[in-house]
Amino acid sequence: MSAMSNNNWSRRSLFRAAAGMAAAGTLAACGSNTGRGSGSGDTLVQYFHAYGEAGTEQAIKRYAKAYKDANVTTQWITGSNFENKLFPALLTKNAPDVFEFHPQLQLVTSGQVADLSDIINPVKDDFNPADIASHTVDGKIYGVRMIDDPQFFYYRPSLFEKAKVEVPQTLEELIEAVDKLTTDKVKGAFLGNDLTPVQSPLIWSAGADTLNAKNEIAYHTDAVADGLSQLRKLFTSGNLLLDAPADWWDPSAFTQGLTAIQWCGMWAMPVIQKALGDDVGIFPFPKVGSAGKFSVTNGGWSMFVNAKGDNVDAAKEYVKWLWIDQKKYQEDWALSYGFHIPPRTSIAQSATKLKSGLPAEGVKLFSEYGHFDNIGWTQSMITAINDVIANSVRKGGSPDAALSAADKKVNAELKKLFG
Amino acid sequence: MSTTTEIDLANPAPAKPAQARPRRGLRGNATLNFWLFTGPFLIGLIVFVFVPMGWSIYLSFFEARFTVSPSSFIGLDNYKAILDNPDFTGSLVTFTVFAAFIVPTTWALSLGLALLVHRIRFMKAFFRSVFFLPTAVSYVAAALVWKMSMFNGVRFGLANTILSWFGVDNVAWLANPDPPWYWLVIVTLRLWLQAGFYMILFLAALQNIPAELYEAASIDGARPGWQTFRYITLPQLRATSTAVILLLLIAAYQAFDEFWNLLGKATWGQPPLVELYKTALGENQDYGQGSAGAVILTLLILIITLFQGKLMGFGRGEESK
Repeated sequence: MSAMSNNNWSRRSLFRAAAGMAAAGTLAACGSNTGRGSGSGDTLVQYFHAYGEAGTEQAIKRYAKAYKDANVTTQWITGSNFENKLFPALLTKNAPDVFEFHPQLQLVTSGQVADLSDIINPVKDDFNPADIASHTVDGKIYGVRMIDDPQFFYYRPSLFEKAKVEVPQTLEELIEAVDKLTTDKVKGAFLGNDLTPVQSPLIWSAGADTLNAKNEIAYHTDAVADGLSQLRKLFTSGNLLLDAPADWWDPSAFTQGLTAIQWCGMWAMPVIQKALGDDVGIFPFPKVGSAGKFSVTNGGWSMFVNAKGDNVDAAKEYVKWLWIDQKKYQEDWALSYGFHIPPRTSIAQSATKLKSGLPAEGVKLFSEYGHFDNIGWTQSMITAINDVIANSVRKGGSPDAALSAADKKVNAELKKLFG
Repeated sequence: MSTTTEIDLANPAPAKPAQARPRRGLRGNATLNFWLFTGPFLIGLIVFVFVPMGWSIYLSFFEARFTVSPSSFIGLDNYKAILDNPDFTGSLVTFTVFAAFIVPTTWALSLGLALLVHRIRFMKAFFRSVFFLPTAVSYVAAALVWKMSMFNGVRFGLANTILSWFGVDNVAWLANPDPPWYWLVIVTLRLWLQAGFYMILFLAALQNIPAELYEAASIDGARPGWQTFRYITLPQLRATSTAVILLLLIAAYQAFDEFWNLLGKATWGQPPLVELYKTALGENQDYGQGSAGAVILTLLILIITLFQGKLMGFGRGEESK
């Protein structure tokens, strides 16, 4: 009998639980998209990846709310794979009208982004020429740069002094320094959990490039292969911080003293300075091999308009209003949360926060050693090099074989893009 | 008088279920009731399962890059391309091995838990709930807990803290594929999430085994413990076991969430679905090739399921119980 009633109990309550879950799911699906502006007219949806700095989400929603000619809804996309959410969404009816991303040629060739030349041309001269060049295809400009984000190494001078090491000039010196800096509590360096953040700097610092001017593979050189072998040495040394709870874009590992050196972006500078005061320095990715050069990644985010959206004109108007006309918001966006370099010369010149101390050093690295986005270097090619890092550095395979495997994928992609 | 009160111990009358009182309003129109109850489910099934399935098969014969309404028919080219892709074929092999390991392990663990909970004399509901609760946790949330707090690579991660008591150095559980510690992370996560649900299925089956069988066995001299388990319990659980193994097998081939979230930009331990996701929804957005892969995977699951059904007699559950 007791078994019988037990059966009833579990069956009924299971059903109840299932029904409850279904109801909860329905409710969750009805969850509101906050951030809807109070304006009138068209409805626009914009996609942003989740910036880590406090106040960024509120800022983006505040700007959107101030726009009177359309209701702008913000989707704040969390998680580390923004592109994997953006790309499929662009094919659906629920595609965003406006989205942030990096300039990539396949978005242009597949007709997914609208030509923004008419709104940018009048103020073209006020933009960093490199930022205009990286968004231009056949004379048409496809995106408005919002922020430039140089990425470099942060280090703790006090720990360097204690371990008696100098700022490394070459990758070998970096590996030695990391070895000396490592103690039982602090790891020498953090290059991101999967090491992919330094894949491009490694190529540039080895005197190579991702693609050459003719859009052919330029990364497959002996120096790059040697650089990968050295990186493998660093990876297996036990001196790298790996599997950190917060990945490279978040300065936590550095500010919490888990590592003496961390690859991170300019955006994290305010938080790092607040946590460590004056005990912070920065340096570019060191030289790899005899023909090596210093390098810095000049990343950043740009605004694009979905060319297949229902409201292309309204979306362009909004992008023009916010990212061309509203300099106050642009300055607020670049400097009030994390530090970013404003792509507009007029704003960059008046940005007192970037004029002295560590931020000024960051700007110097950006101008002297920075490599901007190459619009022909698309996500599939980036992924192909991610696999090179995984297979040769983390798994220990032959760098040359890994690079050759990447060549196959990159060439296939180049053929699709350039014929 | 005596005829009505006398109880015939040797021939107990079969228990008659109390007649259910028919509810007003629901009487009569059986067809309407049938559609009323199955309709919403059927509509959902058609809209969310059959239409996308058909669409996917359709897409697999077309060049469908950056679009889901393609126009150029390319026959079997997508199938050739995906079968030529060593990442995809490699993942099929890896996951056949993974399934061969995780399915028996989960089966044994959930059966073990069910036996323990079934025999416990106090706080039965409590333990049943405790073991079942992880089922309600999302794979993504659990993967993040595993990745960020239990198996992170820093000295204060749970696993590394325990290792440090024995003087073992920090281990990079996920970043470093050599040795492949990432399997430990994935397998423990999967066991934690899945065992509870299958335990409930086994528990229900255990409660349905008539006590008379055990009494009869004990009278016949069967020793409690292994012998009873081997010759009474296990055969009685055959139908449930078959179903559980079938569900586990399908789940193993459909693995996605925890691998995606735990391994990130790795080239190892990539389940077929992750490969398909990368092909179809990643930067390539090749929906044709992705769909071709999905069809191949579906056929593979179908074949294995049929084979397993044949081997274990699925559908003959009632008589072989």
